[in-house]
Amino acid sequence: MFDKFTLRALPDEDEAMRGPLRALIAARIANLPADRRARSWLGFDRDLSLALGRAGYLGLTLPRRYGGQEKSAYARFVVAEELLSVGAPVAAHWIADRQSAQLILHFGTEAQREAYLPGICRGEIYFCIGMSEPGSGSDLASVRTRAERSGDGWRLNGQKIWTTFAQHDDYMIALVRTSGGAADRQQGLSQFIIDLKAPGVTVRPIVDLTGDAHFAEVFFEDVALPAEALIGQEGAGWAQVTAELAFERSGPERIFSSIVLLDTWIAHVREVRAKDVAATALIGRLCAELATLRAMSLAVTAQLVEGESPVIEASLVKDLGTGFEQSIPALIADDLGSHPDETVSPELARTLAFVTQIAPSYSLRGGTREILRGIIARGLGLR
Amino acid sequence: MAWGFADMDDITFLEPFERLLKDLSSPRQVRAIEAGEDGHALWSGIAESGFLDALMPEASGGAGLALRDVGLLVEALGRYLTPFPVAETMVARALLAQEGMAMPDGAILLAAMSGDVARNVPLALVARHALIDTGSAIVLQEIDRDALPRPSVHGGLAADIRLADPILTLPRPLQGLRAMQAVLDAAKMAGVAARLLEMTVAYANERVQFGKPIGKQQAIQQQLAIMAEKTVMMRMAARIGTGCAEWPSLAAAATAKSVTSAAAVDVAAIAHAVHGAIGISEEHDLQLYTRRLQEWRVANGSEGYWQRQLGDIRLAHDASSSAAFARAIPPTA
Repeated sequence: MFDKFTLRALPDEDEAMRGPLRALIAARIANLPADRRARSWLGFDRDLSLALGRAGYLGLTLPRRYGGQEKSAYARFVVAEELLSVGAPVAAHWIADRQSAQLILHFGTEAQREAYLPGICRGEIYFCIGMSEPGSGSDLASVRTRAERSGDGWRLNGQKIWTTFAQHDDYMIALVRTSGGAADRQQGLSQFIIDLKAPGVTVRPIVDLTGDAHFAEVFFEDVALPAEALIGQEGAGWAQVTAELAFERSGPERIFSSIVLLDTWIAHVREVRAKDVAATALIGRLCAELATLRAMSLAVTAQLVEGESPVIEASLVKDLGTGFEQSIPALIADDLGSHPDETVSPELARTLAFVTQIAPSYSLRGGTREILRGIIARGLGLR
Repeated sequence: MAWGFADMDDITFLEPFERLLKDLSSPRQVRAIEAGEDGHALWSGIAESGFLDALMPEASGGAGLALRDVGLLVEALGRYLTPFPVAETMVARALLAQEGMAMPDGAILLAAMSGDVARNVPLALVARHALIDTGSAIVLQEIDRDALPRPSVHGGLAADIRLADPILTLPRPLQGLRAMQAVLDAAKMAGVAARLLEMTVAYANERVQFGKPIGKQQAIQQQLAIMAEKTVMMRMAARIGTGCAEWPSLAAAATAKSVTSAAAVDVAAIAHAVHGAIGISEEHDLQLYTRRLQEWRVANGSEGYWQRQLGDIRLAHDASSSAAFARAIPPTA
């Protein structure tokens, strides 16, 4: 059942994007210290997103008539890899480019595509994902935020939480209940595109454990939604969200979250104790895992290119990838802690501190470890 | 050439090869060879199939295949627990043929040593010859089976190989025999792990406790999901090694062997945990598979050895990022 995991190579035309892209990124991040770059897709930088849009690096897989590049998922793999492997602050456009645009393209009306996709491709409009609620985490089907018919449109009431960068974004695509109740589970759920500037929407940033405020809670109080805010079919929200999560889990994102820390620490080891056997072995271990996980992620991308929906494979790579990302700060902390009299630069210390604190989120966002393993177990025929 | 497989792609000749192993390398036959039978039917079946000459140049009567063409065959050798150094003999015959040497009969081991002994070489008791990397040259020597020490593990076929009078000497490939042997071990471990996953999932669906198959318990499901993850990771890492056209690069070998060796421990542990007490019995086939994982994990350098090798390469690889370094490890087509 895992036959799709074979060695794949990126097409030359996509590899050729790296040179110019790298130059663009390098110019934008030159002044960012490692601990800022370590935030990567928690780093919000409108100017970078606009520059990427202008240069044609967003909406890579979208049709040209909506401002896209009509390239394959391989092109997106290359661009994601170049951005994330140096910790470019990509948060502004990341969700819109990765999943909202795909959702709008696949399930939206022609008018919705024309309204949103060109702006996403230019790096101008930003989306967040309204899934979690105070009472709905892994059990997503239990959402209670509700849209009720009101004239031609809808009236929305409820609350979303842990929404990444809702305070900076333009729109939320939210999963809400449009009929039935909690007992109906996956039935009666729909997705809406919500203008976060609309009357009745209140966004309150939530300070996270690092002192940043990368997520927010969002309240809806009698928010009037026009009929065209509904995306896809009324009542088909669950199937659409499942497809959306497959996009979220398929990319190379889930390998690189701690890579800036890894490179900063390797530079330290090279400088202060290049002959240290334990550190050398640890560097080798992490590089071997990285090379293997990257090859696995590329195999999943190949499935996307071939028009498949690699739900199980993507879950498997994501679980392994986040485990790898989380192991890096723990292992590096032990390495540095094993040499208590060694001087560590403030930049490395801050980078390690940030990644150590934020790392538990790696295996929460986009589906917890336990949920992913449940999906794999189903794939194995156990449930 | 029994099947003329020079004209086939790897999938085409995998099937007859697997059929051969299924017929001649069943757990029952493997047990017989481990108990001291000579395994003549299995070895002569493989020899007559022509597969031993897969990597030999066509000019020498071989199939002229590259390592990347036979990677799946090596995984199959692991999956079927084949108790002969078949992949190793393929490599040895290719090296000997390249130098125009006469071909010895029987199975040939690969071993690397920096002193005068290679410790605990798998399948030493069933090989007739060993091709040994001394660090400066490759020498062929005969193996005197009767002079080998008894294996330290029950059912094992491994033994220490000591440097003896060489029959002949060959030039040493740039990366040495250990890198190649590590890649072969990695591919065999990936094959064993894939089989263990099938066996363990099947057992979890059969074994009933608390009134239902244990595979219905979330705790078991999560364990099996981890086992699947590690198994796929082993497969991918092994293919980074066997994907090389000719001799594996040191970085590819280090990646393949360090990842498979580390994951082998977890895969074996979960397989045993799910099987429970029955898996501890000699009679159950589980031990045939997990014993090989434990043996091959440490043979030719465990994860610790290969992690150090790769770390040295990374530290010497000055300016670039780990992402760029990792990207360059897998062989390119």
